[in-house]
Amino acid sequence: MKIAYLAVLTGWTTAYGAMRVEVGSKAFTESVILGELLTQTLVAAGVPTEHRRQLGGTKILWAALLNGEIDVYPEYTGTIAQELFSGAGLRGDEAIRQALAARGVKMTASLGFNNTYAIGMRAEVAERLGIVRISDLTSHPELKIGFSNEFTDRNDGWPLLRDRYQLPQRDVRGIDHDLAYRALESGAIQVMDLYSTDAEIRYYRLRVLEDDRHVFPEYNAVALYREDLGRRWPDAVAAISRLEGRIRPEEMIALNARVKLDRVQESRAASEFLSQKLGIHGAGTEETVVDRLWRNLREHLFLVTVSLIAAIAVALPLGVLCARFPRLGQVVLGAVGVIQTIPSLALLVFLIPLLGIGARPSIVALFLYSLLPIVGNTASGLRNIAIEVRESAEALGLPRGARLQLIELPMASPSILAGIKTSAVINVGTATLGALIGAGGFGQPILTGIRLNDVPLILQGAVPAAALALVVQGLFEVAERVLVPRGLRLRPSSQ
Amino acid sequence: MSAPVFQLSGVSKSYNSVPALASCNLTIPAQRTTVLIGESGSGKSTLLRMMLGLVRPDDGRVLFQGSQLSDDNILALRRRMGYGIQGGGLFPHLTAAENVCLMAKYLRWPRSKIDAQLSELVQLTQFPMEGLAHYPSELSGGQAQRVSLMRALMLGPEVILLDEPLGALDPVTRFELQSELKRVFNKVGKTVVMVTHDMGEAAFFGHRLVILRHGRILQEGTIEELINAPADPYITRFIQAQRSPLDALRAADP
Repeated sequence: MKIAYLAVLTGWTTAYGAMRVEVGSKAFTESVILGELLTQTLVAAGVPTEHRRQLGGTKILWAALLNGEIDVYPEYTGTIAQELFSGAGLRGDEAIRQALAARGVKMTASLGFNNTYAIGMRAEVAERLGIVRISDLTSHPELKIGFSNEFTDRNDGWPLLRDRYQLPQRDVRGIDHDLAYRALESGAIQVMDLYSTDAEIRYYRLRVLEDDRHVFPEYNAVALYREDLGRRWPDAVAAISRLEGRIRPEEMIALNARVKLDRVQESRAASEFLSQKLGIHGAGTEETVVDRLWRNLREHLFLVTVSLIAAIAVALPLGVLCARFPRLGQVVLGAVGVIQTIPSLALLVFLIPLLGIGARPSIVALFLYSLLPIVGNTASGLRNIAIEVRESAEALGLPRGARLQLIELPMASPSILAGIKTSAVINVGTATLGALIGAGGFGQPILTGIRLNDVPLILQGAVPAAALALVVQGLFEVAERVLVPRGLRLRPSSQ
Repeated sequence: MSAPVFQLSGVSKSYNSVPALASCNLTIPAQRTTVLIGESGSGKSTLLRMMLGLVRPDDGRVLFQGSQLSDDNILALRRRMGYGIQGGGLFPHLTAAENVCLMAKYLRWPRSKIDAQLSELVQLTQFPMEGLAHYPSELSGGQAQRVSLMRALMLGPEVILLDEPLGALDPVTRFELQSELKRVFNKVGKTVVMVTHDMGEAAFFGHRLVILRHGRILQEGTIEELINAPADPYITRFIQAQRSPLDALRAADP
């Protein structure tokens, strides 16, 4: 049953995906800009293309590419060699191409710049301590370090750096890359990891420490695309190739600065670049704030509504079963309770191999989180019906189904509705996380706002999400008045 | 004499290996009121609920009008019985009228037939007409009991089974309702089985009394037979365990 359901979903994905090219990008500005450049170049070549922006980290994009959820995404050669094929010891583009080919993936030539990892400090602090090279850090064990979580964990990041330079620092914490700049500015940390094309290097007046032992590999920007792309869209590969070697390092820094410092949308920064550099015009679309709010609202409501309806359809019968078979009930309630303890981000990541990215895994996750309140409240609402009332219904000669429909469910309806309301309100909040895997919704402006340190943009997601939760709460109070039988809303008389 | 309504032979029931009924034989004659009486835990309610099929006997069998109760016929047989319980057991989300007519509507009786039956029952039980639109939480205990009785009588049952029907009422209401209930029983001339722990109430209603103790039937007979020829000293004790406020008056009077 479940497998059939998945098969239908997968089939739908394949058919749906064939209608256009899907470009993915990771959840940092440069990747989003590159994704936008790829998208607009494809659109200009007459290939219908959709950009699924800021989809999280490398693992998510790579899995999505292999699944056929996306067809193209910008990547870096260092990441491919060190992260995607870690342990394979790939050296040089040719080795990388062979490894990729075995997985059905092709790679463009370098897009023109190397965005390697770098270690940076505020220029005046580095000056005062006399730090120029990374090896100079060995004589300053007291320095506090803030690294992006990905850099801390990945093989070619902090572990490699620490071993090669024998770095003595113990105060090393994981911190969001965009927050790290502000932590550095405030003095909370003194050392952070950078990307060498970061817009902030100049803005925050940072010193990039020399990698004197050549630890960091080359991170040439490339585009990875599925082998079948050329067959499905013959013009697509040629269009992507137009970007090869066309983006110089300083141009990438300028593009990053345009978005992060000048607050220009990625699509506009990309279209400006394409028209100046490649003579490609008019492929970028810019969204007004109202358009985006409207789109986010629809996406958000879609996630919440579909998941909630599915949860009601499953949880209500489950609750009835739990009330009727208390032993089974304990098992079911235990199981849905355990689901509740899985962190939402972890659940989303688990679901990607099964369901890919976008709305479906988000809906399934929201569905799973919605089960407990509805199952629990349905079961307890039914169990709390007095025995003499239940037996009176039985003694009338009503069959079991009719007793449930005419007596027990109406009597349990206040409890059931309260459970559905709880699920709905939680869903509205949790659905913001769907943006992490490309489901859109109000989480998207929040995510972009955090990435760009743009508080008004964060509020454009957070405020409507909170308002929506209040509206949902209000709607359920109205629904209670309509759906809960009047006799149950009266105060018991004292007579 | 017509055939018995219920015949229970050798019925036993245990809950978690604690016996509630031990091999009881009982016959309920037609058009009489039989009262099952005993202290709490004597098995009297279990016996009544067994007649409705709410409790399934571990051993023995229950015949209603000659048919043995089974999963296949229980729904149809219950529709030929009327059941009332302490407090009324009314459905709180339905009005008084909806409580009474629920089953008739479920069986798709024509509207006119439902209305005719309802107004007849309202007259019979002297239930106030305007109370029909009220919800159970808006009714007094006595009114709730009348609604419960109307609900039990709605389908024109062959037998009425009542489990402590007046148990939760204050003494005056209870006293008045006892007379009314007896008047209704006489008028409809139906077979009644009633459970009570009150000897006075049992003597008032019962053509036949069945005394139970510890899951066994000690004796059955008229109140005169129980008083004059008790099968067990406990029966005399049970009958005499009554206090009248007049006792105090008599004691004070030399």
